[in-house]
Amino acid sequence: MRYEAPETIEAAVALLAAAGKTARVFAGGTDLIIQIKEEMIEPGMLVDIKKIKETREVILDDDEIRIGASVTGAELGENKELKKLFPGVVEAVQLIGSDQVQGRATIGGNFCNASPAADSVPALIASGAKAVVAGPNGTRTAAVEDLLIKPGQLSLAPGELIISFCLSRPPKNTGDAYLRFIPRSEMDIAVVGAGVSVTLNPDGTCAAARVALGAVAPTARLVEQAPDILLGKELDERVLAELAAAASATCQPINDKRGTIKFRTSVAGVLACRAIKIAWERAEKN
Amino acid sequence: MNEVKTTAKTNFKWVGKRTRRPDGPDKVTGRARYGDDMVMSGMLYGKTLRSPHAHAKILSIDTSKAEALKGVKAVVTHKDIPDHPLLEPPYGPMIADLHDISRNVMAREKVLYDGHAVAAVAATSERIAKAAIKLIEVEYEILPHVLDPLAAAQPGAPILHEHQFTHGVDPKPEAPSNVFRVVSAERGDLEKGFADADIIVEREFRSEPVHQGYIEPQALIATASEDGAVEIWTTTQGHFVIRGLCARLMNMDMSSIRVTASEIGGGFGGKNNVYAEPVAIRLSQKTSRPVRMVMTRSEVFRGTGPASGTYSRIRMGAMRDGTIVAAEAEIYNQAGAFKGSPVGRSVDSFFSSYSIANAKATAYDVCVNRPKVAAYRAPGAPMATMAAELTINELAEKLDIDPVDLRMKNAVQDGGQSLNGAKYGRIGLTEVLETVKNHPHYSAPLAPNQGRGFALGYWMHGGGLSSVVANLLDDGTVAIATGNPDIGGSRSSMRVMAAEELGVDLELIKPIVADTGSMGYSHLTAGSRTTFATGMAVINSVREIIEKLRALAAKKWEIPVDDVAWEAGQAVTQRDGFEALTLKQLAGMATKMGGAIAGHSEINAGGAGAAFSAQIVDVEVDPETGFVSLKRYTVIQDAGRAISPDYVEGQMQGGAVQGIGWALNEEYIYDDKGCLQNLGFLDYRMPVASDVPMIDTVIVEVPNPNHPYGVRGVGEPPLVPAPGAVANAVENAIGKKMGSLPLSPPKILGTLELCR
Amino acid sequence: MSKYHVTTTINGDEVDFTCYADQTLLEVLREDLNMTGTKNGCGSGDCGACTVIVNGRPVNACLVLGAELDGANIETIEGMSTGTELHPLQQKFLDHAALQCGICTPGFLNMAKALLEKNPEPTETEVRYALAGNLCRCTGYDKIVRAVLDAAAEMRESTS
Repeated sequence: MRYEAPETIEAAVALLAAAGKTARVFAGGTDLIIQIKEEMIEPGMLVDIKKIKETREVILDDDEIRIGASVTGAELGENKELKKLFPGVVEAVQLIGSDQVQGRATIGGNFCNASPAADSVPALIASGAKAVVAGPNGTRTAAVEDLLIKPGQLSLAPGELIISFCLSRPPKNTGDAYLRFIPRSEMDIAVVGAGVSVTLNPDGTCAAARVALGAVAPTARLVEQAPDILLGKELDERVLAELAAAASATCQPINDKRGTIKFRTSVAGVLACRAIKIAWERAEKN
Repeated sequence: MNEVKTTAKTNFKWVGKRTRRPDGPDKVTGRARYGDDMVMSGMLYGKTLRSPHAHAKILSIDTSKAEALKGVKAVVTHKDIPDHPLLEPPYGPMIADLHDISRNVMAREKVLYDGHAVAAVAATSERIAKAAIKLIEVEYEILPHVLDPLAAAQPGAPILHEHQFTHGVDPKPEAPSNVFRVVSAERGDLEKGFADADIIVEREFRSEPVHQGYIEPQALIATASEDGAVEIWTTTQGHFVIRGLCARLMNMDMSSIRVTASEIGGGFGGKNNVYAEPVAIRLSQKTSRPVRMVMTRSEVFRGTGPASGTYSRIRMGAMRDGTIVAAEAEIYNQAGAFKGSPVGRSVDSFFSSYSIANAKATAYDVCVNRPKVAAYRAPGAPMATMAAELTINELAEKLDIDPVDLRMKNAVQDGGQSLNGAKYGRIGLTEVLETVKNHPHYSAPLAPNQGRGFALGYWMHGGGLSSVVANLLDDGTVAIATGNPDIGGSRSSMRVMAAEELGVDLELIKPIVADTGSMGYSHLTAGSRTTFATGMAVINSVREIIEKLRALAAKKWEIPVDDVAWEAGQAVTQRDGFEALTLKQLAGMATKMGGAIAGHSEINAGGAGAAFSAQIVDVEVDPETGFVSLKRYTVIQDAGRAISPDYVEGQMQGGAVQGIGWALNEEYIYDDKGCLQNLGFLDYRMPVASDVPMIDTVIVEVPNPNHPYGVRGVGEPPLVPAPGAVANAVENAIGKKMGSLPLSPPKILGTLELCR
Repeated sequence: MSKYHVTTTINGDEVDFTCYADQTLLEVLREDLNMTGTKNGCGSGDCGACTVIVNGRPVNACLVLGAELDGANIETIEGMSTGTELHPLQQKFLDHAALQCGICTPGFLNMAKALLEKNPEPTETEVRYALAGNLCRCTGYDKIVRAVLDAAAEMRESTS
C-alpha cells in the first residue's frame, strides 16, 4: 500500500484517477484504518487530503457557508460562529465517537463512509447542504442526499472526491437540531438519528421545514410529508403526532445487532418530534 | 460518599489506612510491563487461525503453503498437541479435563464454535504470520449448531460430544446429551413447605453470556531451549496454574517450565486458563526461538471465556408473617463448547442468604456452540441471585412487607448453613441489612419515571494454597515475595500487613510477585482469596522473621529468648540494662551472628467464610425510548476488615458497574450461522464513564475470626447482587416485570408498548 | 512494500522512524520505538488505552498512521512527568487509588491532561463525558473521576 499526501485538488484527482478503484481517500482515518486492519478492504493507495487547503477551511461568506471535507469534529465544535448558524450540523458531527475520535474524524469522512447510521448526514440533509465534488472533469455540486446510493456507496465517478460542503446562510428565524438514540450515553453508533431544520414566519407558524432520518433505511432519507404537515402550522400536539407518524412511516429499517425494526420505527417518530422542538425553539430566538 | 462502619479494634498503625500502592509510579508512567510489553532476542510472532463455523467436522488441514511462505518458521495443528483421555468421575466442583483443554487450545476432530483455534504459525513478523494463516487450507463438513441452553438440553438437539452422557441422573441415560451433569442440593420437604405458604411467587429468567471485559488482551511469550527447559512470560491470574496445566498438557516435567507473571491488565476470572500457552510452547520447541502470541480484541471475544448465559425457573412461598417456607429453583448454565459451567456455585447462590426450611436448587451444565465459559467474578452466582432476589422482592410486594424487613426476618444467622451445606461462622449479614435500612438512600424520594432496586448477594469465599517468602536484608528492609499476580493492588495489602506485623514503616517493605521457580505453589489470584490467604502467609512469614530476631537479640544480650519481646519494630526486654534493638540494628548483625534471616510460609488457608453485599440503585427510564439512566447507586458490604479501604471500595464500585453492564446492555449477538456479530467493544457495550454515577460505598466491618486481622474476601460479592438490583430498579420504574437480560432499550420499549 | 521516513517530535525529543503505509502510530510506538507505555486494548478506537496527544489534540494512536506524522508533535505517557516529578494528575491517580490493574491508566491520564488544558474547571459530568472514550473495567470510574476533579482543583490553585 502507498501513502500519498497531495497539496492540491488537481494532484489528488490525478492520483485517484490513475490508481482507479484501488485508491481510497484518507482524511481522519477513524473508519478507514479499522477497515484496513480488519482486512475488510485492501487499498493499493491512500490519498491523504488533509494537506489540501480547500478541505481544511471553514469559510463563512455573506450568503454561503463552506465546510472543508477534512475539518474534524473537534475543529467544528470550536468554531463558535458556525455553531451559532448550524448548531444541529455541528452537534451531529460532534456526536461521532469519543473526544479522541473527534480529534481525527472529519465531516467528509463521516459522509463518505456512507454508513446509513452516519450522524452528520441527516443533519446535513435537513439543512439543505450541497457537496462540492472535484473530479477529472472539473468541479460539480450536488445535494448531499442525491449522492447517497446504498450502504457503503456514494454516486461518485472514478477520480472524484468531496472537497467541501456548502450551506446557504440561514434566513431569519431558522433553527436546526440533530438527535440520535444510542443505548449508552456515549460511544455507540446511532440506532436512530433525526435531523431537523425549520424556518418560522413572523407570526410564529412554520415557513419551511426539512426532517431527515438516519439508521432507519439503507441511506439517510427525508421525511417527504414533513412540509405538508408543518407548513403554516404551529407546533401543537396534533402536528407532533402527525410528524411522528410520518417519520415512522418513512422508516424501512432492518433488524441488526444495534436495533430492531420495531424499535427503530417507533423511536424515529419520538426523535423527530424531540428534534423539531429544539429546532423550533432555536428558530424563535434567531 | 464512602464510609467505613466498624465495631472492632482500630488502633492499627497501617491496617485500614489509605496508603499509596508500591507499584503505583510504574503504572502511572507507562513503565509497568504487561503481557504485550516484553520483547526477547530473536523473537517470532505467533498467529492463530480460527474456525469460521459454529460446528463442523475437520476433514483435512493443509499447511504446506503456509510453511512454504518466506519468513514462516513453524506451523502447529492439533497433531502437535498431545491427546489426553477423558476425565473419569467422580467430578469435583472445578473440572479441568485435559481431554477438553487440549481440544479447546487446538480443535481436533471438530470445531465447536466460531473462533475455535484450528492452527497457528510462527513467523519473523506479525505481517508474515497474518499472511501465513490465510494460506492454511482447512476442509470442513458443516454440522448443525445450537446456541441456546434450553434448546441444547432437549432430545434431538445437535450433539457436540458423542461421548458425553448426562452425569447425575437416574436412570443412566442411553443417548448422548449436551447436558454434562445435573447438580442439586436440597433440605426439608418442599411439598409441605409450599402447602404451608400463603403466597407463592413464580418467575422465569433468561440471560445472555457476558464477557469479563478486561482491557488487556491475552498475551504471552514462550521460549523453549534445546535442553527441554521452557520459560513463559504471560498475563495470568495464576502462573503456577499455567505451569501445571502446560506441563500436564504437553507431557513435560513441571520443573522444566518456569512461568513469570507479567503485570496483568484485568482478569475477573477470565485469565485463570491456558489458551495460547501450550501452542506457543510447541511453536518455540519447533524453532528454538521465543514466540510471542497476542490476541486481538476480536479474538478475545471469539475465543476466550465469557460467563454462562442462563435460563432459570424459580418458585418461592411465604407465610403471611413473612416467613419464607419453601423455595425451589433450577438453572440451565451454558458451558460453551466444553463442560464445566459453575453449576455448584449456582445451586448454592439462590437461597443461601436465608434460612428457609424447605428448599431445593438444581443446575444443568449444558454444552452449546459457543466459547467455553470461564470464571467471571463470583462465577455462577449473579444470575441465580437475581432470580431469587427479584422473587423475594415480589413476595415483599405481595405481603406488603418492606423488602429489607422481609430479608431480616429470614436472614441466615451465625452458625447457619448454605444450601450446599457449608457452615457459617461469624457473618455480617444482619449488620449489612441494618446498614441498608438506615442508609439515607434507602428512603430518599424518587422522581417520575424513576425506580429503586434492591438486592442482596451472598458469596462463600475460598482460601486455598498460598506461599510467601520474606527476606530480611542487611539494611533492615524486607523483601516480600508472593506467588500471586497483583491484579488490583494486592502488593499494597501485603505490604500493609507485613509492616503492621513488624511494626515498621511501610517504605521498608518491598513486595514483589515472584516466578514459579522461586517459591512454593500459589493458587490463582481468584476467588477473592489473595488478601485473605496470601495475606495470612505474609503474616506467617513475617512472624517467623520476628521469632528469629527475638532469638538473635537474646543471643546478643545473652538472656533467654522468652525474655525478649517484639514491640513497635524493635526487640525489647523487661530486664534492666538493655537498650532496645531496632530492626535495622538486628538486620545488620544477622549475617555476622549466624546467617541471613528469612521467613517463609506455605499454607492451605481455610475459614475464608461468607460475605454479603447489599445494593440500592435508582434508575430513570425514558418511557418513549426505553433508555435507562443510572441516578444513584450504593453498595453496602461486609469486608471483615478493610486492609486497604481505597481498594476495597474500588472492588465494590467496579463490581457494581460490571453488574450494571450485565443488566442493561452487554450481550453476545450471533447470526443464524452461529457466528459472533459483536466482536468488539463498540457493540459489546460495556459501561463508559458517562453511563454511571458515583458509586457510594459503606464498608461494614464484622471481622472474620479465621484471619489475624479479620479479613474477608471482597472482590466477588459486589457483582453478585448487582444485575438483580439494577433489573429490580428498571421493573419498579416501569411498573412491569422483566425477566430477560440484558434489559436493553428495545426490550424495555417493547414491554411498555405491549402494556399501552 | 516500501517504507516511509518520518521525522517527529516525541515528548520534546526529535525522533525519526520508518514505517509502512498501513502502520499505525500505536504500532510504531510499541513495536519500533519500544515505547510500550501506550497500551493496546482494542485496535479500533473503542477503549482509549492508546490515547496520546498529537499536535495538541488527544487521539487514539491506533487510528493514526505513522506515515502522516511528518513534523508532528507527539506526547505520550512516557513524557508526562517532568524529570523525576510526577504530573499532578499522576499524583492524584495514586492518592485516590484511581487504578486497579492499571492497563487503562496511561490513556486516562493523557485524556484527562488534554481535558484540563482545554477546560481547567470541568464539572463531574464534563469529566465523565470527556473520559467516555476510555474504558476501565476495574474501578467503575468513581475514583478516576474524583482524581481528575481533584487534580484540576490543585492545578488551578498552583497557576493562580
